[in-house]
Amino acid sequence: MSEELETERPDIREDGRRPPRAVVGSHRIEEEIFGKVFDSNIIRRIWAFVNPYRTKIYLAVAAVLAFTAMQLIIPLIIRYAIDNGMQPGNASHTVLYWCIAGFAAAILVNFVASYAQETLVGGVAEDVLFDIRRAMFSHLQRVSLSWMDKTEVGRLMSRLQGDVNSMQEFLETSVLSVGDITLLFGIVIVMLTLDFKLGLLTLSALPVLFIVRIFWLPRARKSFMAAHETNSIANGALAEAIHGVRAVQSMDRERINFALYDDKARANLMTHLSAARYAQVMVPIVDSLTGLAMALVIVVGGARVLNQALDVGVMVAFLFYIQRFFDPIRSLTLQYSVMQRAMASGQRLTEVLDVPVDIQDAPDAKTLSPDMDGSVEFRDVVFGYNPKHPVLKHVSFKVNPGETVALVGPTGSGKSSCMSLIHRFYDVQQGEVLVGGHDVRDLTQDSLGRQIAMVLQEPYLFTGTVFDNIRYHMKDASREKVIEAAKAVGAHDFIMRLPEGYDSILGQRGGNLSLGQRQLISFARALVADAKILVLDEATANIDSYTEMLIQKALVKLLEGRTGLVIAHRLATIREADRIIVLQNGELIESGNHAALMKNDKLYSKLYNLNYSSFDDIPEDVIEEAATEQAT
Amino acid sequence: MSSDTTVRAVKPSASLALAKAAGWGKGLSILTRITVMAFRHPWQAGAAIGATLIASAFQLTIPRLLGQAVDNTQVALTGGAAGQAAQDALLTTALLLLGASVLRGIFTLVQNYYSEAVGHHMGYRLRLACYEKIQRLSFSFHDSIHSGDLITVGLLDLEGVRMYFSTALVRVFLLSMLIGIGAYLLISTDLVLGLLALSFVPFVGWRSSVTQLRLRATWLDLQERLSVLTRVMEENLGGIRVVRAFAAQNHEMEKFDAASQSAVSLAHQRVGIRVANTSAMTLSFFASMGLVLWVGGLKVISGEITVGTLTSFLTFMTILQMPVRQLGLMVNAFARASTCGARLFELLDLEVAIRDRKGAPELKVTEGTLCFENVGFAYPSAETNEVLTNVTFEAKRGETIGIVGPPGSGKSTLAHLIPRFYDVGSGRITIDGQDIRDITLQSLRRKVVVVQQDSFLFTTTIENNIAYGDPWAQESRIERASESAQLHNYVLGLPTGYETVVGERGVSLSGGQRQRLSIARALMLRPAVMVFDDSTAAIDAATESRIRSAMRRYAADRVTLIVAHRLSSLMHADRILFMEDGRIVESGTHDELIAAGGRYKALYDLQVRPGDDGRDDALTA
Repeated sequence: MSEELETERPDIREDGRRPPRAVVGSHRIEEEIFGKVFDSNIIRRIWAFVNPYRTKIYLAVAAVLAFTAMQLIIPLIIRYAIDNGMQPGNASHTVLYWCIAGFAAAILVNFVASYAQETLVGGVAEDVLFDIRRAMFSHLQRVSLSWMDKTEVGRLMSRLQGDVNSMQEFLETSVLSVGDITLLFGIVIVMLTLDFKLGLLTLSALPVLFIVRIFWLPRARKSFMAAHETNSIANGALAEAIHGVRAVQSMDRERINFALYDDKARANLMTHLSAARYAQVMVPIVDSLTGLAMALVIVVGGARVLNQALDVGVMVAFLFYIQRFFDPIRSLTLQYSVMQRAMASGQRLTEVLDVPVDIQDAPDAKTLSPDMDGSVEFRDVVFGYNPKHPVLKHVSFKVNPGETVALVGPTGSGKSSCMSLIHRFYDVQQGEVLVGGHDVRDLTQDSLGRQIAMVLQEPYLFTGTVFDNIRYHMKDASREKVIEAAKAVGAHDFIMRLPEGYDSILGQRGGNLSLGQRQLISFARALVADAKILVLDEATANIDSYTEMLIQKALVKLLEGRTGLVIAHRLATIREADRIIVLQNGELIESGNHAALMKNDKLYSKLYNLNYSSFDDIPEDVIEEAATEQAT
Repeated sequence: MSSDTTVRAVKPSASLALAKAAGWGKGLSILTRITVMAFRHPWQAGAAIGATLIASAFQLTIPRLLGQAVDNTQVALTGGAAGQAAQDALLTTALLLLGASVLRGIFTLVQNYYSEAVGHHMGYRLRLACYEKIQRLSFSFHDSIHSGDLITVGLLDLEGVRMYFSTALVRVFLLSMLIGIGAYLLISTDLVLGLLALSFVPFVGWRSSVTQLRLRATWLDLQERLSVLTRVMEENLGGIRVVRAFAAQNHEMEKFDAASQSAVSLAHQRVGIRVANTSAMTLSFFASMGLVLWVGGLKVISGEITVGTLTSFLTFMTILQMPVRQLGLMVNAFARASTCGARLFELLDLEVAIRDRKGAPELKVTEGTLCFENVGFAYPSAETNEVLTNVTFEAKRGETIGIVGPPGSGKSTLAHLIPRFYDVGSGRITIDGQDIRDITLQSLRRKVVVVQQDSFLFTTTIENNIAYGDPWAQESRIERASESAQLHNYVLGLPTGYETVVGERGVSLSGGQRQRLSIARALMLRPAVMVFDDSTAAIDAATESRIRSAMRRYAADRVTLIVAHRLSSLMHADRILFMEDGRIVESGTHDELIAAGGRYKALYDLQVRPGDDGRDDALTA
């Protein structure tokens, strides 16, 4: 059988050597899973999402109460039938029929109530779940980019999924626990009413169970968490083996990894066995208590029946109730953990929802007309992601309509920040950025975005067809327009070579295309967006010379008739620009065309004369040298 | 991955979902196989099943005892000698009931614990088998399958198989005991009443099975829809700059709403299915109970049966209710184990395409000569033509060979054949005269190392990553390799130095840093053949030249192959092979090839910085 292992587990520990520098899988310390049991602030926030559905929730609670009442009444009907319909001597068909009728009515109510309750609760929980998720997602569309930059996508996803799901669980179970509590109290009350002494005696089993659960719960939970954790560790290691299989094989690490994985899988086995022991140990305890309660009812109850103090039917009803009354205790103690988990999740959800939105349209924001001239101007701009450390220091320049300007400078000189400011990804601390003659803060973000097309350094594509990627959000872009754009940037040929042409599905992030091809598609996307202004961050990664050629050609096409601002890395692009702006440490140090700058004999000409084919090939220390030389 | 491999990835990916079409026979053989696996733990499996039988036997005595207790009370009421006896019997019954309950509890514990234990032990073995298989399967398999699918098999399908014993097999024993013997006891007591008491069983069992199977089908559909939603959210957040750059927030919200709506509507549907079913099951159960009360009540009045018998019937029904309702879960567990098992076993049964020949000797490196003899190769699943045709060349120890050519010309493929990531289609590759297919993989891969363009870093410390192939290496060696790869200074600049965790969940390195790390990692193996598969593309030219000079020290001991786009990376090679359409079309030193004025020269002209007179060359070519 193939589940027999082909490899013996090698001994990597006990051969006298020190332990290897090797691990498989990684383990991130889990976030706080349990919070306070009750946090009124969070409950209030969650309630805001439930509020629109409150009628349904009230109905559901009513249905739960009706359902619970029926659970209580059914044994009572049986009791009544036995005591008043079937007792030798005073047997009565009429009473029996009435009881049957009552029983039928009760089960119909029970049917309707359980149907209503489950439909309402299930439906509302799903709706609320999606509402919360939508609210968060929509909020994330507006929070500042600097916050997004600081936050891992994986973390946000676990908010949008794990945390939202635990809220759903909470909603579902809290309505049901209303039923549990009612049932518990109902049983207690009915038992005490039927026979106070017997009831009291039987119920004495309850506190015992409560106390046992209270001692059991924290230990059991610890053990369940350990099982959960070792499970995710082992799964993580498996995922790593799958993703890194090529590296594993080429470094011949299979044997060592297998031994390391064995440790994790074994730990997983052990914690699960221990968790199973904890989970199952409650079974005989509950069963014994049930048995004890029943035995008490029989002995004590039987004696009381003989003393004429009790009817046989009551004894039967007691026996029925006993079989039911441990259930609510079990689910209520579980509910405790659900509550804690929900509070921790709710805390994290509200944190996301409360991230302030820095950049908002001014109340009287104007729409940027497509007929604006397409000029871009920086006036004495001071900006820093952290206001204490400005990245741009009093930068002023103007890009005239139709002009192409290349931004040049070493890493960290502020090129990318300029680009972000034009689009108002951030607000300046001082000075102003003007597009088409308007301060970007006076314009609606939407209209501003429509007039600025951006091509980022790393081409980012979405899962979907090539066609959808090129037209992206321009839903009225026709197929002809898309093909025209693709042809213009030279992407048409390779697109047609894909199995389905424009309808080929691109894998995640365009994974089935080469970097250069993805670049060309992102060019076509910018072309379809047809904006007055093009902001482009040239790719630095090494692309093969053949694709590179296509890209250079496409760039010319893309800039035709547009105002262009290019963060340029390649000398060819830089020399083609109408004007070059050289930034260093956030300051504009020179500007002019290639010939003028060469004469200027400052940083630009120094770097140029180093004879590298691209500014990115120049090692940092050489740049530094040239820069300090120029500064002195 | 290089551009060569990206072209390949376009072809439809194979999947492990063939099992969908499997018929009953196949399903049965899979279940048998899982059952056999479960009984590999005979002691635990036996304990689980034995305890199940005993626990359900005790379970069955409880309604009888309760009925007896009621009857005893009734009889005792009548007084007299019989009454006194009944009164004494009451105490006995109570004690028996207590004993039965305690024993039932204990045996249920044994049943549950051991059936889970069997599952966990199976899970453990299967995990190891899966892990081992995945590690061993060759590149062509991993190329053909989406890693997400493989993770699904290793996580979810394995879980489905693991749960089989406790949720499917043991339940069969439990249910047949309860229903079978219970039915016998009831019917033998009173035929009509027994049938009435059991009348809910077929309906509830059927409803529950049908519903569970429907829920299962829609569950898979829901997972699919949720994964679309996940992808929409993930891509949006990952590409938030693009979204903002195009002011496409509204478009993205529409995408989100569409995906979200599709998932929520199915979720509502599922709630509907579930609820309709549970309410119907409850109703039918209580309806049978009502009938038993009615008919039984009449029988009590007419003196045919006692109140105790009626009580035991009613109690028996409450006991039977839960397991019968869960019949659907059992049916579902069988269905799940069968489909999950099909996929899991398909993976475990796969032949490892590239493995050692029986009795293969280890590679013995003497001269250190690498030789390609008429090598031809085509990717197994591609319908396209050969990627390599008649490739022949020889490289001696100490030589550096540069390989260059347009995208898709087969450069990377050539590199991947040397450590046997794939096997040649025709011809052979030898190292010192030994065909690489005739020696052990382990010895080959320790001597041939390929540095990939985009190599996988493991989420662990930099130190562990560098020592990946030689985890027992001395610290000083790790630092030396890191120095040669021009990584050492960068690492020293990090607050935690070599202890810094990198990889998916660690500090993110730039492309160039990652490449330098993977060069250091490769150096640790002291390979006889070292292949750079476009692995310096993201490293700036100056650093690259420093790496090159650092490695010159060791270059005399090995064959070095450099695959690159950037000519400056390989201009210095002893020999340069220019590849096109899977063939070597030009070969010689840089100067020779420039002088020859062929394709290499054309590429060279394209790449070197055009002079001021020829500035438009690149744009008009």
